[in-house]
Amino acid sequence: MDFDLSEEQRLLKESVDGLLADAYDFDARKKYMKEKGGWSQALWGKLAEQGLLGLPFAETDGGFGAGAVETMIVMEALGKALVVEPYLATVVVAGGFLRHGGSAEQKAKFIPGIIDGSKTFGFAQLEKNSRYDLFDVVTTAKKKGDGWVIDGEKFVVLNGENADTLIVTARTKGGQRDKAGIGVFLVPADAKGVTKKGYPTQDGLHAADITFTNVEVGADAAIGDPENGLPLIERVADEARIALCAEAVGAMDESLKETVEYIKTRKQFGVAIGSFQSLQHRAADMFVALEQARSMSMFATMASDFSDAKERSSAVAAAKVQVGKSLKFVGQQSIQLHGGIGMTMEAKIGHYFKRLTMIENTLGDTDYHLRRVSEGGGLLA
Amino acid sequence: MDLAFTKEEIAFREEVREFFKNNVPPETRRKLQEGRHLSKDEMVTWWRILNKKGWGVTHWPKEYGGTGWTTVQHYIFNEELQSYPAPQPLAFGVSMVGPVIYTFGNEKQKKEYLPRIANVDDWWCQGFSEPGSGSDLASLKTKAERRGDKWIINGQKTWTTLAQHADMIFCLCRTDNNAKKQMGISFIVFSMKSKGVTVRPIQTIDGGHEVNEVFFDDVEVPVENLIGEENKGWDYAKFLLGNERTGIARVGVSKERLRRIRALASKVESGGRPVIEDPAFREKLTACEIELKALELTQLRVVADEGKHGKGKPNPASSVLKIKGSEIQQTTTELLMEIIGPFAAPYDEHGDAGSNESMDWTAQIAPSYFNNRKVSIYGGSNEIQRNIISKAVLGL
Repeated sequence: MDFDLSEEQRLLKESVDGLLADAYDFDARKKYMKEKGGWSQALWGKLAEQGLLGLPFAETDGGFGAGAVETMIVMEALGKALVVEPYLATVVVAGGFLRHGGSAEQKAKFIPGIIDGSKTFGFAQLEKNSRYDLFDVVTTAKKKGDGWVIDGEKFVVLNGENADTLIVTARTKGGQRDKAGIGVFLVPADAKGVTKKGYPTQDGLHAADITFTNVEVGADAAIGDPENGLPLIERVADEARIALCAEAVGAMDESLKETVEYIKTRKQFGVAIGSFQSLQHRAADMFVALEQARSMSMFATMASDFSDAKERSSAVAAAKVQVGKSLKFVGQQSIQLHGGIGMTMEAKIGHYFKRLTMIENTLGDTDYHLRRVSEGGGLLA
Repeated sequence: MDLAFTKEEIAFREEVREFFKNNVPPETRRKLQEGRHLSKDEMVTWWRILNKKGWGVTHWPKEYGGTGWTTVQHYIFNEELQSYPAPQPLAFGVSMVGPVIYTFGNEKQKKEYLPRIANVDDWWCQGFSEPGSGSDLASLKTKAERRGDKWIINGQKTWTTLAQHADMIFCLCRTDNNAKKQMGISFIVFSMKSKGVTVRPIQTIDGGHEVNEVFFDDVEVPVENLIGEENKGWDYAKFLLGNERTGIARVGVSKERLRRIRALASKVESGGRPVIEDPAFREKLTACEIELKALELTQLRVVADEGKHGKGKPNPASSVLKIKGSEIQQTTTELLMEIIGPFAAPYDEHGDAGSNESMDWTAQIAPSYFNNRKVSIYGGSNEIQRNIISKAVLGL
């Protein structure tokens, strides 16, 4: 039992923290958000240069063969700096599909572009009525010759407008909520029949609603078994949830720091407002919430390698519940303790709150995951 | 980072489990599971079984009977003990006064007291709180005056847990009225059988008798019963309270109770189905299990940290343990109340006597709910814990 980072992991943390401290203060972020597509190609290039985009990939695929802990370290750092670049969509999600389900040809074709920063991805999964159920899919992929024809509508695809390639979940057989018959397909974003409507999101990212009309792709577009893709989707979604938990811990950590700093310096009635016990206790409760979330983020990180998928899912869902509760409390109270200034677009704290709020609603909110753990028989073995 | 126990640790856990299975008296276990109070005999019998095994004072230095275990082994032992469940060692002797004596006491005191603590030949109680000194403990007024080769002690202590069983008390007494309040306190031990000691029971809202008022009226205590230096008692008290950082979370206790909740909720019916099938109830239970998992991990982080870096600088997460641990314990008792609903009402006046067969299974649930309100009050109330976090961790 050991919660410490290894020497290499410590160095990784130092290097990613250092890079973001130099290149990603609040003003820089505002600048990046104004660039084409809403994020900075130059910054993305720096992440690639430091090897951060290649971390989780096998050395034989040109990566560094790093594990879940390394992703946790990076995501926490990205959360602290409120990074808007598409790391989750590209490295974690698309990277996850390729690593766990991709054929040798698919890996060779797509992974180098991720690692060198030249290509980004979007995960087209959410549908109008699917909410958080990954198996609820009406988009279809019908066999045509060797290849497939995809039809359907997907929503809030992060980085969807800018992605070079979309990873699309589509039904190859069965009804809307059947667990079998779902495939995962690589679709070039500029394929004929793909229409995108892009927009900024509440938390400063970019997403798109995407319509697929008679989109033809080859046989090599399918990742894994096109008739039984759900286990793969669940595995990758779990890895994305784990990454989101770590990102949230980073954002909460920084929110609490900013808030404590603020109440130490803000004076009213002639004293720092942090000298008032009601505020001190609120801050203490925020610390408790943060540490509980940090513990569960670590737990989920270590669960990502559990061999039993049910055990893994239950651990990750539990983490998402704890992180969801904690982030709501820390986020809301950060605004409260900042007072009026916390309500302004100008102050950084509100942007943490918004990112945290969106994290809760990504890939299953607190209630959704609580129900999953509950229906699975609870957490006590 | 690695969550798994080593092979040796897993083997150790098996050894501990096996020992509990073969040695905890079944009646003692049953009573604990049902939240009943144990008799003095039942507790002492068990502690002597533990001591005979060499596990009476596990965390003491080896020379005084400790085990030399790693922090992880201590963690495993406590977890298994709490979740079996078996009675935990008498904290007042084993975790509190014992370490003060072997750290600050003289050779004679070590020889005289330590073996008797380990075997519970003496039952110790704690003389800290006073009617006017709760959270503000340093304002205590109980006085020890030096007269020849004696201390003359006058004053009153309160919330003295199980003083009705006690042979000995360790007491914070004011020995210098002119010093700053923390500086004039001494740590003195003496027999509860001394002339001038009166114990008066306090009945708590659950109907139980766990705590007492203790009065000192010109109690004469030999001068050599001072532990350490005169007027340094506050330092020893702080040492004592900081000694056990992780046990306070009582994760094992809550685990055991959650298992009981699942079992009971599968039996008791409501709306024509077992309570456990009510999604609203089940989600509350699950939420509590998740909180407990998070706390267990937080506790493991503290334990692993202590194992690696020593106890010198506590992991900041350690201050979370008391607050969350007590909240979760209280939630588990609320869930039990929800399961039995209207059957919470009957009050078994005779407590342990089990005078009414029909309410056997529900009898202790409401009292246990009432009684558990204490856990966020004692050991430094949760409000004091928040003060500690805001000052020591956040620098406010």
